[in-house]
Amino acid sequence: MAIELKMPALSPTMEEGTLAKWLVKEGDSVSSGDILAEIETDKATMEFEAVDEGTVSQILVAEGTDGVKVGTVIALISGHDEAAAPTPAAKAEPAAPAIEVPKPVVAAPKTAADPAVPAGTAMATVTVREALRDAMAEEMRADERIFVMGEEVAEYQGAYKVTQGLLEEFGPRRVIDTPITEYGFAGIGTGAAMGGLRPIIEFMTFNFAMQAIDHIINSAAKTNYMSGGQMRCPIVFRGPNGAAARVGAQHSQNYAPWYASVPGLIVISPYDAADAKGLLKAAIRCEDPVVFLENELMYGRSFEVPAIDDYVLPIGKARIVRDGRDVTIVSYSIGVGFSLDAAEKLAADGIDAEVIDLRTIRPLDKATILASLAKTNRLVVAEEGWATCSIGSEIAAICMEEGFDDLDAPVLRIANEDVPMPYAANLERAALINADKIVGGVRKLLGR
Amino acid sequence: MAKSPATKPAKAKAPSASGDAIANRERPDTPVPYKASKEELLEFYKQMLLIRRFEEKAGQLYGLGLIGGFCHLYIGQEAVAIGLQSALTPGKDSVITGYRDHGHMLAYGIDPNIIMAELTGRAAGISRGKGGSMHMFSTEHKFYGGHGIVGAQVSLGAGLAFAHKYNNDGGVCLAYFGDGAANQGQVYESFNMAELWKLPIIFVIENNQYAMGTSVNRASAEDQLYRRGESFRIPGLQVDGMDVLAVRGAAEVALDWVRSGKGPILLEMKTYRYRGHSMSDPAKYRSREEVQSVREKSDPIDGCKDDLLAMGVKEDDLKAIEKEIRAIVNASAEFAEQAPEPELSELYTDVLVENY
Repeated sequence: MAIELKMPALSPTMEEGTLAKWLVKEGDSVSSGDILAEIETDKATMEFEAVDEGTVSQILVAEGTDGVKVGTVIALISGHDEAAAPTPAAKAEPAAPAIEVPKPVVAAPKTAADPAVPAGTAMATVTVREALRDAMAEEMRADERIFVMGEEVAEYQGAYKVTQGLLEEFGPRRVIDTPITEYGFAGIGTGAAMGGLRPIIEFMTFNFAMQAIDHIINSAAKTNYMSGGQMRCPIVFRGPNGAAARVGAQHSQNYAPWYASVPGLIVISPYDAADAKGLLKAAIRCEDPVVFLENELMYGRSFEVPAIDDYVLPIGKARIVRDGRDVTIVSYSIGVGFSLDAAEKLAADGIDAEVIDLRTIRPLDKATILASLAKTNRLVVAEEGWATCSIGSEIAAICMEEGFDDLDAPVLRIANEDVPMPYAANLERAALINADKIVGGVRKLLGR
Repeated sequence: MAKSPATKPAKAKAPSASGDAIANRERPDTPVPYKASKEELLEFYKQMLLIRRFEEKAGQLYGLGLIGGFCHLYIGQEAVAIGLQSALTPGKDSVITGYRDHGHMLAYGIDPNIIMAELTGRAAGISRGKGGSMHMFSTEHKFYGGHGIVGAQVSLGAGLAFAHKYNNDGGVCLAYFGDGAANQGQVYESFNMAELWKLPIIFVIENNQYAMGTSVNRASAEDQLYRRGESFRIPGLQVDGMDVLAVRGAAEVALDWVRSGKGPILLEMKTYRYRGHSMSDPAKYRSREEVQSVREKSDPIDGCKDDLLAMGVKEDDLKAIEKEIRAIVNASAEFAEQAPEPELSELYTDVLVENY
């Protein structure tokens, strides 16, 4: 009986990959540990090893094939002992992605142009990952004081490959691998900023920044005030934030509300590649400490980025990414994709939703939110995170305090379930926000 | 001695370098007391006296309700700041410390008026009245605070040293922390990176024997704190922190070591604070006799005075200095009482540098 070899998932968020090369051919006999193939993801090339003994009876996916979905059967192996119980060679993840990831929205209808980009500007398609890297590289070329520090940022090229190529271009003086010591290097970065440098501190994820939060808040955010404006701290703390996929409770938390509650910090959380680039460049130039919250699930997604020499966006300005008149959906980071999907589903039923991408969480662009509320009179906040003490809670309060007369219904928070992130695929799916939950919330709000 | 620092608080015997040497690893030279000229020693005396009298005055103003919140006095530890900072190059080297920071600022020649005005929370204060006792800075003097979280200044200091090295400006960072902070985890994270990257930093443990009310031997498995860097290959020296010349001698060795690119060094200054941890500490954890005994036997200012008299300085000259210092301190108190409080509009300034 043949054993099915399936396209393996090589990282928690991998959904598909390229079958770069077969190292065996049909008829070869293989044993456990033999390298069968090389598989490329957007981050790395990995070797795929045999788990069982047997003979390669059939290769089903030719080498060089792109976009092979995780779980696809790529070859068959006949066991030496055909009576043996069949075991799949690679216990691959279920074919379905662990969480619902929105489709790229490059050509979403009714998308408003960013005011900073003149009509007719040429666009380039780049991933969020590349956009972030390009932002750092461009700024580092322009300013010798900027350096990047963090775990695996240099020789490994970034745990999520965001710093790919920076070591090669800028050398080990400016691209610095640290030991696993978040509290320590957050403090060193903050001290270096106080000493006149412009550090970019990468956290492998913001979950690990909990170890370092004292320096982000007590040292970086408060010193300018405590010193009567003498001691600035121009530093960027950046890295992935929020849930990735199937990494459990300690690696899946959205910290935007934590940092957004602190005066003295700028908090930015972009959704697409253009904003990632334009806002990271702005963050690096900023004289204030910035917490820059990325999302691992977005790193590999491609978007259009204006092909402008120096694409810098204003901090503190939200963007209306979809015009609408019936209801406003406010979101940020990965939630914007869910919201745009939800808006399309609602449009099919004749509900015209406006979608706002906050982009900057602190300072919050209240004017854009309130102007949209004045137009639609109904507002929901869609947030990949807990609802309690969330950005959604803050916006609900603002709408009550400053937009009460414009409200035809209560502001709804559509968010993750109020539980630590579970591991099981079905439970994780149930815990996270998605487009259908947003659609459900909006329908409830509108009573239809 | 190991388990009874309380009975012999300030008798630090400088351990021989060879006694702690690990084979095949270079060690700094054993420091010798600094040979100060009469003029230098007079200057040290004057500066230590300024700190002493300033802090006494701050204590009085606190008692009168003119200074609020936490106020940590440096009385007894004056030789540490003066011995070390007199060896630094102003404008090139940087200094950072914790919340017991008045003495370190005065040692850098920062105007006592604006320090005292910060203590009273006035607009003329060095932080415009928004920092207070624990949060004072002077970027002009490369004095980087003034930090209220125990141990944070050690990582921040490593960052300042990183900037010195990055800019190749020849500067050294002097990072002070106490025997209490010496048990914070981030101190060791910083030790590791500082040695790994050979950062130009002098870590100074001001071991005044008590972390608030907990004596060193109740809190530290290794109570010989100068050894705390050894597992990171940072050499440590134990120094009599009650003797300004011993401190200055150790500063010379430490600066030679760091400036020659050998990486960080750790100095444990055995010292003693006469007052409570802060103004609100009744200091029930030690006896009056213990404090009196240190004052009588090891006071850094009395010791310096004895040396000066032995060098032929006249008692009258020292009295004139005392008078001069009292006048400076009284003027700073008067300034700090008279200076207006910050405008209410200051509440909202300096939160962020830019407008968004």
